[in-house]
Amino acid sequence: MTIEHIAKIIFGRLTLESFPIHEPILLGTFAVVALGGLGVVGAITKFKLWGWLWREWFTTVDHKKIGIMYIILGTIMLLRGFADALMMRAQQAIAFGNEGYLPAHHFDQVFTAHGTIMIFFVAIPLVSGIINFVMPLQIGARDVAFPYLNSLSFWLTAAGAALVMASLFIGEFSTAGWLNYVPVSNLQNSPGVGPDYYLWALQIAGVGTSLSAINMVTTIIKMRAPGMTMMKMPVFCWTALCSQVLAVAIFPILTAAFAMLMLDRYLGFNFFTNDLGGNPMMYWNLVWIWGHPEVYVLILPVFGIYSEVTSTFTGKRLFGYSSMVYATVVITILSYLVWLHHFFTMGSGASVNSFFGIATMVISIPTGAKIFNWLFTMYRGSIRFDLPMMWVVAFMLTFVVGGMTGVLLAVPPADFVLHNSLFLVAHFHNVIIGGVVFGLFAGIEYWFPKAFGFKLNEFWGKVHFWGWVIGYWVAWTPIYIVGLMGTTRRMRYLEDPTLQPYFVIAAIGAVIILIGIIGFLIGFVVSIRDREKLKVGNDPWDGRTLEWSTTSPPPAYNFAFTPVVHDLDAWYDMKCRGYERPSGGFKPIHMPRNTGAGVILSGLAAVLGFAMIWYMWWLAALAFLGLLVVAIGHTFNYDRDYYIPAEEVERIEAGHRPPPPPEPRPDHGPALEPAGAK
Amino acid sequence: MADKLDQQSRNEAAASPTFHLMEDEHGHGHGSPTMLGFWIYLMSDALIFAGLFATFGVLSTSYAGGPTPREIFELPLVALNTAILLVSSITFGFAMLAMEGGKVRTVQLWMLVTGLLGAAFVGVELYEFANLIAEGATPQRSGFLSAFFTLVSTHGLHVTLGIVWILVMLVQLQQRGLHVENKRRLMCLSMFWHFLDVIWIGVFTFVYLLGTIR
Repeated sequence: MTIEHIAKIIFGRLTLESFPIHEPILLGTFAVVALGGLGVVGAITKFKLWGWLWREWFTTVDHKKIGIMYIILGTIMLLRGFADALMMRAQQAIAFGNEGYLPAHHFDQVFTAHGTIMIFFVAIPLVSGIINFVMPLQIGARDVAFPYLNSLSFWLTAAGAALVMASLFIGEFSTAGWLNYVPVSNLQNSPGVGPDYYLWALQIAGVGTSLSAINMVTTIIKMRAPGMTMMKMPVFCWTALCSQVLAVAIFPILTAAFAMLMLDRYLGFNFFTNDLGGNPMMYWNLVWIWGHPEVYVLILPVFGIYSEVTSTFTGKRLFGYSSMVYATVVITILSYLVWLHHFFTMGSGASVNSFFGIATMVISIPTGAKIFNWLFTMYRGSIRFDLPMMWVVAFMLTFVVGGMTGVLLAVPPADFVLHNSLFLVAHFHNVIIGGVVFGLFAGIEYWFPKAFGFKLNEFWGKVHFWGWVIGYWVAWTPIYIVGLMGTTRRMRYLEDPTLQPYFVIAAIGAVIILIGIIGFLIGFVVSIRDREKLKVGNDPWDGRTLEWSTTSPPPAYNFAFTPVVHDLDAWYDMKCRGYERPSGGFKPIHMPRNTGAGVILSGLAAVLGFAMIWYMWWLAALAFLGLLVVAIGHTFNYDRDYYIPAEEVERIEAGHRPPPPPEPRPDHGPALEPAGAK
Repeated sequence: MADKLDQQSRNEAAASPTFHLMEDEHGHGHGSPTMLGFWIYLMSDALIFAGLFATFGVLSTSYAGGPTPREIFELPLVALNTAILLVSSITFGFAMLAMEGGKVRTVQLWMLVTGLLGAAFVGVELYEFANLIAEGATPQRSGFLSAFFTLVSTHGLHVTLGIVWILVMLVQLQQRGLHVENKRRLMCLSMFWHFLDVIWIGVFTFVYLLGTIR
């Protein structure tokens, strides 16, 4: 008795049964992940990279490095989320007249984890990463407004991701769908740790996302280069601004909703219960007040990416810049007024449903305006079909279909038929893959040379492209069809054998997408191997905005001198007027110092979350105390910045100066080491 | 306008305007973004309260056969608490005036008074909660009580956090005086404290007053 008692105090509800040793699929996955992890850790140790990682990456406050880390996190989580997708496709292709290979409890976790991971730990980190990397460069700033906060935001997101990953091998994940719907996630229906993993992972990551959004909004408002008025700001910055304003406006609601569900689950409150005055639909309303605008938090910056790419690769100023800005702002406002269309079937009555239905349809107007702007930008332009531009074209062809099925779903009577059908699932995959994901890939292809100084390999880029585009259509067209015929979502097996061919085709589509993803990964490896061959100058695409005016990769301080902007396409304007990079007169540059506080706080937050999930109260108390001590302790550090000396700046600038062709060597002493080599 | 610039740029490429600042104006002096950033944070915090207020609005009559606001709210106690919090805002104002005058000791004194008033507020709130729970009006009893306890105690937690911040600030003022960094932190703390006052006005009106006349 005593040993069990002590074990309960120490480990809470964590027992040996919590580890899924009897589930071969999970065991196999664990073996692969563990071996892979050990391999990485071993390699880092062998090459003595820990110190370098800690100094240069973990503690960095440089927005470029943080952006790159966000993108690495998003890519790793994409693999996890996509593995879930493959498992679902395989299950649904097999399970006709039999139960397939996945047990019900496992299948429910798979579809929940897939949605949660894809939105919170793939789309959000990738969008945040690109905003982080590109936006400060585009506005001519040296960093974001709050560099330390930026590091904290990233690491909190990573801590949330770590908790979700832990749920795979320790305990279980939620089975209540990607928004952890009540009443399924109420304590009486899900007494296990699944919903708690969900709640703690997303609360921690959500704080990170909110802080990041505050940071980005402040940066765009306060730190633009002189001369860059709001209407001379690149479209990507506008869309990032609107997206992050929206994020500030919605994440607190999600935090509040999750906090209330936590109180229900931990302390027996009655917010969303079915008895004692609780109201489950209140949870639906709150999470969708977050959920619908969230779609726009993701897609607006991606619209910005499409705008930048279209303008650059057609060699023209963006058509209808101001209408693009107004359309973005209108979408931002409208997106806050449509959440109820996710549950027309709640029974709020015809007038309420009409309002939300019409508001939803109205969003298609500014969105349509954007499509036309891109088309008119391309019209009579000299279009270069490099990979970023190919993604843009694929996006326009794919996304428009998703937009139209969206308008269809916005009609309440139609929605009553299609609610929770696979038609809906096909619709949002249509807009998220065809909209957000394609755009993120366009952005990665487009800005990769800026971040690393060499282009991505084109052949593997094309494998990546065609895999995704063909795979998307093969995978989702049959799902649209069966959905329209009335098949509902999240089904583990179906009885009607005439539907099986559709699901088999969908599974084939998923495999084609897998080829695309493999192409993506091989592309990175091959490009890094061939980096000398793929090396490019500072402005490989003939860009138009300020990020192309600095070196590739940019120095830590981005710009040796703060740029002055005279035109919307500032860098194009500078090129037209024969601008030359200054080669002397450098001044010391004021920069923020690296700090480990962000990574330490996030580590403690992950421990706090884990302890709360498993009811290890002592550990939770310790972690909370640790959080307080580190957070307060950090405020006693007043020495947070330093100056890069002018000589250092001069050395870096000289080392980066292209082109390499032989120049008369300056006669004062030997040539300097290229700064990029260190 | 933009097209004109394009034209202009082609015609007179020789006329090169300034494309960068030779003197660095990117210091962290007056144009510090902290105030704006903190203000945006406060607005996001206000939205957490908005979510809690909305939930309270929906659940405010979900008594589930349990106690109603009229039976459990003690308005005189709440009025006292409101007065305490409002006075604490004034005392924080005095601290800020002293900061403008550069008087560290006076700043510390008024901050201490503010912190004590805040502690009194939290104390009275805890006393009220203890009474309610003793009467059986626990947060588990009904949707209404869950929403009530959560909304009011979320505000109370913020005040507690504010008190901790005041204590930290007192130490930092002792160590470094009215350092430019400390001044900025005081300005943020001041906004935070007044913000909590505004939220409390909402709680007092919508939860307590409207609850008792319903």
